Amino acid sequence: MPDSLIKFIFGRLSWESLPLHEPIVVGTFMAVALGGAVLVGALTYYRLWGYLWREWFTSVDHKKIGIMYMVLGLVMLLRGFSDAIMMRLQQAIAFNGSEGYLNAHHYDQIFTAHGVIMIFFVAMPFVTGLMNYVVPLQIGARDVSFPFLNNFSFWMTVGGAVLVMASLFVGEFAQTGWLAYPPLSNIGYSPDVGVDYYIWALQVAGVGTTLSGINLICTIVKMRAPGMTMMRMPVFTWTSLCTNVLIVASFPVLTAVLSMLALDRYVGTNFFTNDFGGSPMMYVNLIWIWGHPEVYILILPLFGVFSEVTSTFSGKRLFGYTSMVYATVVITILSYLVWLHHFFTMGSGASVNSFFGITTMIISIPTGAKIFNWLFTMYRGRIRFELPMMWTVAFMLTFVVGGMTGVLLAVPPADFVLHNSLFLIAHFHNVIIGGVLFGLFAGIVYWWPKAFGFKLDPFWGKVSFWCWVVGFWFAFMPLYILGLMGVTRRMRVFDDPSLQIWFVIAAFGAVLIAIGIAAFLIQIYVSIRRREELTDPTGDPWNGRTLEWSTSSPPPDYNFAFTPVVRDNDAWWDMKKAGYKRPLSGFKPIHMPRNTGTGVILAALSVALGFGLIWYMWWLAAASFIGIIATAIGHTFNYHRDFHIPASEVTQTEEARTRLLAMQG
Amino acid sequence: MKRFGTLLLLPLAGLLSGCNLDVLAPAGDVAAQQRDLLVVSTVLMLIIIIPVMALTVFFAWRYRASNASATYTPDWDHSTKLELVIWAAPLLIIICLGALTWLGTHLLDPYRRIDRIEAGKPITQDHKPLTVEVVALDWKWLFIYPEYGVAAVNELAAPVDRPIDFRITSSAVMNSFYIPALAGQIYAMPGMETKLHAVINDPGTYKGFSANYSGAGFSGMRFDFHGLSAEAFDQWVAKAKAGTEKLSRESYLELERPSENEPVRHYASVDADLYDAVLNMCVERGKMCMSEMMAIDAKGGLGLEGARSTLPLEYDKFARRGAVFGVDPSYVASICTAEEAAAAWRAARGTEKTDWMPKDLSPLRGAGLLRPGMDRQRADASTGGGHLPPFEL
Repeated sequence: MPDSLIKFIFGRLSWESLPLHEPIVVGTFMAVALGGAVLVGALTYYRLWGYLWREWFTSVDHKKIGIMYMVLGLVMLLRGFSDAIMMRLQQAIAFNGSEGYLNAHHYDQIFTAHGVIMIFFVAMPFVTGLMNYVVPLQIGARDVSFPFLNNFSFWMTVGGAVLVMASLFVGEFAQTGWLAYPPLSNIGYSPDVGVDYYIWALQVAGVGTTLSGINLICTIVKMRAPGMTMMRMPVFTWTSLCTNVLIVASFPVLTAVLSMLALDRYVGTNFFTNDFGGSPMMYVNLIWIWGHPEVYILILPLFGVFSEVTSTFSGKRLFGYTSMVYATVVITILSYLVWLHHFFTMGSGASVNSFFGITTMIISIPTGAKIFNWLFTMYRGRIRFELPMMWTVAFMLTFVVGGMTGVLLAVPPADFVLHNSLFLIAHFHNVIIGGVLFGLFAGIVYWWPKAFGFKLDPFWGKVSFWCWVVGFWFAFMPLYILGLMGVTRRMRVFDDPSLQIWFVIAAFGAVLIAIGIAAFLIQIYVSIRRREELTDPTGDPWNGRTLEWSTSSPPPDYNFAFTPVVRDNDAWWDMKKAGYKRPLSGFKPIHMPRNTGTGVILAALSVALGFGLIWYMWWLAAASFIGIIATAIGHTFNYHRDFHIPASEVTQTEEARTRLLAMQG
Repeated sequence: MKRFGTLLLLPLAGLLSGCNLDVLAPAGDVAAQQRDLLVVSTVLMLIIIIPVMALTVFFAWRYRASNASATYTPDWDHSTKLELVIWAAPLLIIICLGALTWLGTHLLDPYRRIDRIEAGKPITQDHKPLTVEVVALDWKWLFIYPEYGVAAVNELAAPVDRPIDFRITSSAVMNSFYIPALAGQIYAMPGMETKLHAVINDPGTYKGFSANYSGAGFSGMRFDFHGLSAEAFDQWVAKAKAGTEKLSRESYLELERPSENEPVRHYASVDADLYDAVLNMCVERGKMCMSEMMAIDAKGGLGLEGARSTLPLEYDKFARRGAVFGVDPSYVASICTAEEAAAAWRAARGTEKTDWMPKDLSPLRGAGLLRPGMDRQRADASTGGGHLPPFEL
């Protein structure tokens, strides 16, 4: 074949693009390939492909999509954490002239990938999954507003994750840090595919995130059960609403800024170049106008989880519901007014820096009010220390420290000495692990019985809890200290041997966290094995307060046979107190959306489009783009979009539950 | 957790005594003031953080389900008084902290000339600042001393108790210029100049580095900062002058190419216009300086013809640039010689005073804001008559 034809077909992809010279990557690839082959083999042997396709991949049921989001988050957590522990190991040994075991090319990809994966493909899917699963149940709805869109959003997120994972074995990932600041990320200084992987993975996933934000806003605004006014919505629903408002208002900025970076790289525009009138600082501003709200996108839903958990396990109404709601709304608005605090050190004037420093501090007021509200919810309660509550107390003790160091970093003169230091790294892990991750674990343990009909095993849960909490403090307290010693982030080798001990302690903490993750996986495995003992036939294992606990565990496809009527903000608690009786007859056929594979196909074509653009395979990019348009148009001609669950089937399902409840006495 | 904490404290104290917390025990007055602000802010916040943590533990223990003697009020969910307290207490702290931030940020603005050598020693007419021009290169630091006509790579020296006036730029990508013992950091960015004013009080050798990741050789972008006595500094300059290497535009272009873990190097002489050419991204002869371009643009530009007056770019720091679908990589050709451009730039900058005036110590009046018509220069940094009080933290 002539060279030009090869170049046409494969673009810049060649044998040299495969990282065969990196033994670590080759080893990982073999392990992944082997594991993948085993998985595919098992699925084929047990003939599960059809089941997965029909019941899961093409499902438009918000509950199944929610669970798939959680699976995606968990898989990507393993990848993101592998990156973390590799960094910890490198930094623990690269002293006294040792180069460590990672070269710059590999190490720089690892810390970039760690950040990108943990934010976009771990925290975001987990949070979106939780909202997807719980919100419709909490507001008494049968699904989200746009069920097909929901499926499409999920698969686009997967598409982004696929591109990031592909970069591990085909080509390379960006070596720019997780926000890819130009000029470093521009074509002159990053000419290879790494930044292109970054751009297209985030663009593909960003479509999913934005659409799912729109979907959930519509759902919350339009689909609440009768009687559920805005001020009777559960707090988790409130925080989800605010989060999705943030998503819809900020993700387009990310899309725009990455598009401009892509134009700089592909067609030679000069948005962010050093010369020809470009301004790299404009990129920094724009990316943080998305980036700061993103932080609150992650944490707000978990604030909601903590509210639900504290109230449920204290057996008490949430203290200060109204102020909780207003605090959330204030945080939502303020989160747009603080972005510049990420670059006080880029030479803004003192007044500009002061303004953004002070707005940042102001956010701590509503956040502080929230902490106090949880505190006074516990006050005069009957606190059951089940796992979700343990995570919540650990969160409260950990998060306030992270909040304090955050406010410290908001004081510009203090930021001048701490910016980009390991103190900063410790701070944001303090709030993201101590806030987002602890909250996710609380939420997962709390809602697991709802999703699967049995509780999670408490013993392994506690092992995981203690390893995570203790591991967190071991891993990040040394980084606070190192930050105060003036040690900066993203260093690959060190010259001062007195620092080593702290990195060794941090690495020990990371190992504890690894055990915590393993214990969590064991917990899931053990619980599935012991599901008969751990079973929850009531649908309300924690004596819950909100509507999701009024239906069975797991809920039927249609969630509620009759739409509940709400009179109070703890709707289910109120129904229980008022002596609510489940309706036993009079069921009607229920109108439901039909599954479709279009979402999967569109996302697969988007991945192909991204891959084509990354490797300059223009024919592939063009073909898949045309494919996307054609599939989307084709889908509009699909008239088989809904069906009815016949009344007899509803009656059957509900009678089965009646018998189950009767057996409990 | 609590028990773990106390157990940890002993070895922790031992470990901490063995290391130098540069940020908490700096050797320069600016860093010391920044440290003070850091400590005061922490203490202010602890006023609220410690009670919250204590209450969390106390409530969690007191109201545990097994403690049947504790009061249980399942429907109690509101108290106006409590709400008032939980919103007001953080608000008060933030008002204090906000005031402190406003003052501290203005007083410690890196663009603002320092007004004291250390507590109780204000700047006087006798203190002539040392200007150092800093260029972040891939991946090393270049320090130019215009006053002495010398330069150094990966080594910085300054006399103690003499104000230092850093002008900072970068050749290719963003870095951050940071000497923890001296003062806070500031970014070094291509085509832009940032400033830092500081003073070193204790003689000694301190570490300096880039605090913003800038590519493969980033870890090796370290240098030693020597705080020297006046005599020792003169010797240092003399030693640099005694060398043979000269830093011209041509040797700079060689130096500028990416390299890692560069050894210390001194230059006996430096091309006088070099820093300005770096800042204006026109070290290569025949390339138009940004200052020139901006001057042309300010007069209305050259129209469409101007957009085409470019020359093909062969090499730019890393590689030949250019996007796949874009036009061939190029740069704007200069319409005057490098010397003429430099002269014009000097003339444009000429308004700026290089000598310092002692500070006017009248009360603070929102200094730092650019006033209309005062383009390019900070109100208090440039006029020399900044109206700032001797504020001490």
